[in-house]
Amino acid sequence: MSKPSVIEQLTKGIRKENPVFVLLLGLCPVLGVTSTAINGLGMGLATTFVLIMSNVVISLIKGLIPAKVRIPSFIVVIASFVTVVDLLMAGYLPSLHEQLGLFIPLIVVNCIVLGRAEAFASRNQLLPSLIDGVSMGVGFTYALVLLGGIRELLGSYSIFGLKIIPGDGLLVFVLAPGAFLALGFIIAFFEWRKSTASHVKNPA
Amino acid sequence: MEYFVIIFGAIFINNIVLSRFLGICPFLGVSKSTTTAIGMGGAVLFVMTIATIVTYLIFQFLLIPFGITYLQTVAYILVIAFLVQVVEIVLKKISPELYRALGVFLPLITTNCAILGVAILVIQQDFNLLESVVFAVANAIGFTLAIVLFSSIREQLDLAEIPPAMKGVPAALVVAGILSMAFMGFSGMNF
Repeated sequence: MSKPSVIEQLTKGIRKENPVFVLLLGLCPVLGVTSTAINGLGMGLATTFVLIMSNVVISLIKGLIPAKVRIPSFIVVIASFVTVVDLLMAGYLPSLHEQLGLFIPLIVVNCIVLGRAEAFASRNQLLPSLIDGVSMGVGFTYALVLLGGIRELLGSYSIFGLKIIPGDGLLVFVLAPGAFLALGFIIAFFEWRKSTASHVKNPA
Repeated sequence: MEYFVIIFGAIFINNIVLSRFLGICPFLGVSKSTTTAIGMGGAVLFVMTIATIVTYLIFQFLLIPFGITYLQTVAYILVIAFLVQVVEIVLKKISPELYRALGVFLPLITTNCAILGVAILVIQQDFNLLESVVFAVANAIGFTLAIVLFSSIREQLDLAEIPPAMKGVPAALVVAGILSMAFMGFSGMNF
């Protein structure tokens, strides 16, 4: 196993290397499906499944793939699992599938999935790759639920469909512009907290 | 008239970047200067049109007759990845000038979800071949419009005084939000 401990490996995706807030990868589904917290959760779990499965399979077959065709091979593995998720969701969760729509097949071109396959799974053993998939998936899901929750709270005054404050909410946060604005302010908040934290550690 | 509705809808009402959220990565990544934004727009126009035609033909004449439409995702992404490579090689041979202008953007396009997104949307909306081509071109124009507008605002943004935490991506996202609000003015237009 590599040097960092399992705990570190598991939590890196949530804060230090959060795929959305820090690495800024895969922003299309992040902005596109987060009009409510539940949609964010569904999308996050679907992506996590694809991430874990493709990381596992790629780390198992990495010895068999010639270096020159590795990217197309990774894409085929990823696309297969995306198709699995697509069909499962259409069968068991038709209403969520309807809501997420186009973004389910588009998990294929989510930079996080291919990025982890190329940067991590193709160079590591089975167990670290599995942990990496879980970690990144959890981080991605957390980001989607946070953004979806904030947009739902401001946009319709509810969370996970439960009404918190009576009234109609600020419609703009459910619509397209709210996605950009909310994500912009969340990233700014994390940046601000990082800069104040480093000030405390080593006062300049 | 029908084509006008498709074109107007794709460019303004359902702008691919600002209201469908496709192609955000290049939208944020290569929008720091207007010249590169135009280059990216050109590359997207080129690949999106070809990719939509090829994937449309594959869907109608290969996937449907053999009853394997569930392989759509796998087939499409492979075709698009392959196509980008071919376009790159052919362009290098035929028109080195165009290649020099678009070259750096071509490899990035495989992971541009706008290409795959439009290819799938065309099938979902039951367009015929000509409508699909019009839709693809209009979406590419919509993408170019959005990214060029955005890059010209970002060039100004570099000179503005903004709080340190907002610098860079957060400020860009807020700008994109305001731009998206401006485009929402078109959403009341129904034909």
